Amino acid sequence: MKKILITSLVSLMIVSSAIADTDGNNTLSKKAKKPVVIKDCFEGLNRATFSLNEGLDKVIFKPVAQGYKKLPASFRTGTSNVLVNISSLITIPNNVLQGQFKMAGINTGRFVVNTTVGILGIFDVAEKMDFPEYEKEDYGQTFGVWGLDAGCYIVLPVLGPSTVRDTLGSFANVLGGDPYYNASTHGNNEYLSKSLYMKTKIASGIDFRAKNLDSIDNLQKNSLDFYASVKSLYLQDRQQKIANTNPTIEIMYEGDWEEIESQ
Amino acid sequence: MFFRKPLTFVIFLIIFFSNINKVYSIEADVFVQSTVNRASKLLSENITKEQKIEELKVIAKETVDIIGIGFYSLGAKRKELSDDEEKKYFILFEKYFLISFSSRLSEYTNPEIDVNNKEVLNSNYTIVNSILKGTSERPEIMIDWRIYTKDPESPMIRDLIIEGLSLARTQKEEFASILDSNDGDIKALFKILEEFSN
Repeated sequence: MKKILITSLVSLMIVSSAIADTDGNNTLSKKAKKPVVIKDCFEGLNRATFSLNEGLDKVIFKPVAQGYKKLPASFRTGTSNVLVNISSLITIPNNVLQGQFKMAGINTGRFVVNTTVGILGIFDVAEKMDFPEYEKEDYGQTFGVWGLDAGCYIVLPVLGPSTVRDTLGSFANVLGGDPYYNASTHGNNEYLSKSLYMKTKIASGIDFRAKNLDSIDNLQKNSLDFYASVKSLYLQDRQQKIANTNPTIEIMYEGDWEEIESQ
Repeated sequence: MFFRKPLTFVIFLIIFFSNINKVYSIEADVFVQSTVNRASKLLSENITKEQKIEELKVIAKETVDIIGIGFYSLGAKRKELSDDEEKKYFILFEKYFLISFSSRLSEYTNPEIDVNNKEVLNSNYTIVNSILKGTSERPEIMIDWRIYTKDPESPMIRDLIIEGLSLARTQKEEFASILDSNDGDIKALFKILEEFSN
């Protein structure tokens, strides 16, 4: 009898512990705090600018992106690779400023390999060499990592959604923070120029738009308030990038979900 | 007799019923993979887009916690609704959600999604990680699923988090924007939901 009782209790404890194992709170989920509300201080003006941008997109950017998408996939991939390679010139100093020294080294290696062996970045040789996945960094993200408040949400003409902090970050690029801009505008060489820099930026915009043709159309079609959807997605994306961490688990705030009962 | 003593029998019953919960519970990752396979099979079938949309609505009704998402999307406003308003909201929300959900998914043909990990947040929620395989037209996309597991026998999808962007949160902020622009008047949201569905 005693044996049976002990065996039964041990079995019960095993079952209970198995259930308790999946019942405990995950420590990762505790890290996420309630997202800071970023005020839309100039909503009226922002919505007007957003409408202007939608108009420009309809007349210029979308048709150009649609045309670009008809080009051979290999050409588009090569162009995209070159643009990504150039962007690492902003990413590397920001890796350093955020204390990501190892990542700065990896990205420097990636830039050197892709610029040389990959012929100015057309071929992503570093990917074939199993370099870690590339994550873009910018000065807006660095300011966020340093704890600078995002400030108000703003929509910039042509450039689209931003915050005061991210706009300051963009200014940092042209105030000496972007080596490609510096070499293009102040460098004394025959290969780079301000117009080439502008063309590169325009190409980045077209490349982004072409990659997101379907998803933006889909979002627009299924949104009740397209402006609010874009704002939400932009701010979530920035929150995730500044967190520099597991994109899902650590940035999610559980509080809003806890009260929802439907079963 | 197998159970010679009543105590042994009672302990057996306790263990048996403790295990029932385990036997019939569906793991969140298995649930997601089977749901994805079901949707994927449908999307690759040679039927019209309208037929696909109708079939996707059936899948959504069975696997998505539409009421839970509806409550979440309303935010704090849900506590202020009268019974009639709540009833009307859920009729409109379900209609809106099913159209929006099926319309978004019907654009894909034969999507391949691999479930590769899961993270149990607590007894109510598990996050399942998956990858939508890339094609020549689109890059690989990371999709995480928030699964409501309060009833382990009947897990339900509450959110899709695409590349770290939560669709439920986007919808919640969209609804909040509509309510804010209309002095918190729920009728304004009803009107917009009606217009969308018609």
